[in-house]
Amino acid sequence: MTTDTTQAANAHLNTPTRLTGSEILWATLVGEGVDTVFGYPGGAILPAYDALRKFPIKHILVRHEQGAAHMADGYARASGKVGVAVATSGPGATNLVTGIATAMLDSIPIVCITGNVSSKVLGTDAFQEIDITGITLPVTKHNFLVSRAEDLAATLRHAFQIARSGRPGPVLVDITKDAQQASAIFDFEAAKPRAYRPHPMLRVDESGLAAAAELIRSSKRPIILAGHGVSESGAMEQVRTLAERAQIPVALTLLGLGGFPASHPLNLGMMGMHGEAWVNHAIQEADLLIACGMRFDDRVTGKLASYAPNAKKIHIEIDPAEINKNVKAEVALVGDLRAVLEELLPRIGTRGQGGRDGSAWLKTIEASKGAVAVHDIKNLPDSGHLYAAHVMHDLWRITGGSAVVVTDVGQHQMWEAQYFHHEHPRTLITSGGLGTMGYALPAAIGVKMACPEKEVWVIAGDGGFQMTAAELSTIVQEKLKINIAVINNGYLGMVRQWQEFFYERNYEATPLVSPDFVKLAEAHGIPGRAVRTRSEVLGAVEAARSSQSAFLLNFLVEKEDSVYPMIPAGSALHEMIRRPDRDPLEERAEDN
Amino acid sequence: MLHTFVAYVEDLPGVLTRVASLFRRLNININSLTVGRSERPGLSRLTLVCESSAEAGDRIRASLFKLENVVDVDDIAQAPSVTRELALIKVAATPQSRSRIFDLVEVFRARIVDLTSESLMIEMTGVESKIEGLIEVLREDEGRILEICRSGKMTMRRGHHLSSVLRAMGAGEEEANAAAAVREEERMAAEPE
Repeated sequence: MTTDTTQAANAHLNTPTRLTGSEILWATLVGEGVDTVFGYPGGAILPAYDALRKFPIKHILVRHEQGAAHMADGYARASGKVGVAVATSGPGATNLVTGIATAMLDSIPIVCITGNVSSKVLGTDAFQEIDITGITLPVTKHNFLVSRAEDLAATLRHAFQIARSGRPGPVLVDITKDAQQASAIFDFEAAKPRAYRPHPMLRVDESGLAAAAELIRSSKRPIILAGHGVSESGAMEQVRTLAERAQIPVALTLLGLGGFPASHPLNLGMMGMHGEAWVNHAIQEADLLIACGMRFDDRVTGKLASYAPNAKKIHIEIDPAEINKNVKAEVALVGDLRAVLEELLPRIGTRGQGGRDGSAWLKTIEASKGAVAVHDIKNLPDSGHLYAAHVMHDLWRITGGSAVVVTDVGQHQMWEAQYFHHEHPRTLITSGGLGTMGYALPAAIGVKMACPEKEVWVIAGDGGFQMTAAELSTIVQEKLKINIAVINNGYLGMVRQWQEFFYERNYEATPLVSPDFVKLAEAHGIPGRAVRTRSEVLGAVEAARSSQSAFLLNFLVEKEDSVYPMIPAGSALHEMIRRPDRDPLEERAEDN
Repeated sequence: MLHTFVAYVEDLPGVLTRVASLFRRLNININSLTVGRSERPGLSRLTLVCESSAEAGDRIRASLFKLENVVDVDDIAQAPSVTRELALIKVAATPQSRSRIFDLVEVFRARIVDLTSESLMIEMTGVESKIEGLIEVLREDEGRILEICRSGKMTMRRGHHLSSVLRAMGAGEEEANAAAAVREEERMAAEPE
């Protein structure tokens, strides 16, 4: 990446030039604003790699292609830009699939570039040939097979447009080796995709807006359900204005966390399977739900037949296929959340201007928090045990909530959501829809590349961490300052919890032997420390933060702790398993 | 209920897979699917019939629209339309037994398109029930039907044109959108609450 390559790349963009397909690939990426890609070379993508050094693009060599897709995904979530992953044909391409599916389920814009065998031998089971467009068809927003250099620029630009427009998602572009080797005239401007065509079923009309405003005005017990769409659409201000103006409390989905400040008095917290009791009770008692950029996932609704039985629903959503999918909406405003709220807000009066008085409802919710409110557990005496909740809470305190936290999937993910309070969007990076174990470590590398100035923490369980731990080498090779907290309980904890609750404690295949993670980190050249008691947490976190290099903390936490409350899958939202009375983590009012 | 969708899709490799894959993912069986060239260069027109709940229509239509290669989707629902199916039926028939079949063909307004000493082939166009009727009558004699080939349904609305068609026919964007809006309103009005 020198000034020369930048100038050369810019020259390509301004004047139509004859280039090889490989050069067209990178030149188009530069034109689309890409400066970082995550990839792994191999035979069918080698021509592209050969041309890479001529372009101002930083390439991160991953240790497994799944990592490349997660890194592109983390990069996209942290920056709001399109992330790019590169892999070769065959196994390189199939290794991407889990990462692509993760991005698909969470609507993350990434573009995956794969090489494929030459077009002459396509369909002959040539070495490392696989039908990756066929394989990824259901887990991409769209995919392309390009076999001519002439088609590359236009296809790639179209891929970026698809990835970032409407409801974002992953796009795969499979490029045959001969298309990379052939040459064509590269004309970036002429390769511009046709104007973006919004989904024809978007619908935000006068009658819908008026009906929504009237429902809000006349509601007694309304709740805003804020999802991932809030940060994707950049509607944080609009949601906040709506909440404040109409005095409506806000409950968040897992991917919605950070879209509305945790410290805001109207923030109820996370809803759903592991949401706090008062949040789910409030939803069940509500007479109006205003769903903003969320899709009524089963982890959020519990049993649909008894979900918010007394509530009318206003669904504001960009994807028309989500309307009435799980929950029937009385009013559907189908469009970009921010744009819809901009139109809706002028119709919402403040209290005293014909608006609603929400104080009684807010008081009811506040009262229902009672003694179970888990605002703060700092005053708990050190009983000699270390609970994951302590770690999350202390990490939140110490970092001042300013860090970007990348979590894996399982118990620690839920504890993080409960005890680490996110003030800003894009500060919690987590796999929600697909629930991909092994996501955190590679995704954090993408996050750090997108925001080198931010403090980045990986929080992973001992199970998920081992799925992609090879990316520790990537962290070292790229000299990235990433702090890693392994929440180590010797079990596949969330599965064990389900076995405890629903399978008579038959702990089949959940006890887990792990290497000494501190030694493992040291073998990679990453310093680390084991933490066994509450009193050691602060010093360990500070040591990690002040280390110049990446740092790993192995938190040896209580083995059979569970995430409470919990709504068993398929149960109604108010049918919660509560924390046992004598649980040492029980919170008292004086702890607040 | 039975849903009928008419869609314009790009005439490219793999597009039919994408459409079919959507229904596979939704776990909806496709009852019938016909595809062929349309009046617009580069676009195929398909008629797809499937069985699903009444509420699923909008979601299926919205999901079809999300496919990058799908240009237009119409949910025919209960709207006034013409539906036809083509059937080729090969029947065992000796010179002695032919005349009875000729009579049947006459009654059903079908045609004989091939004739040999052992068999004959009937071509019939019509609505599904009419074709079913002919097949049922032919089945009354066991072993008579040798082969049946059916095209699946093709459907076209009466009256209004699709907005995309209007555009292709040179109508202005405004006129096309107005037509689309009228169509959408009719659709909404026709929907059971």
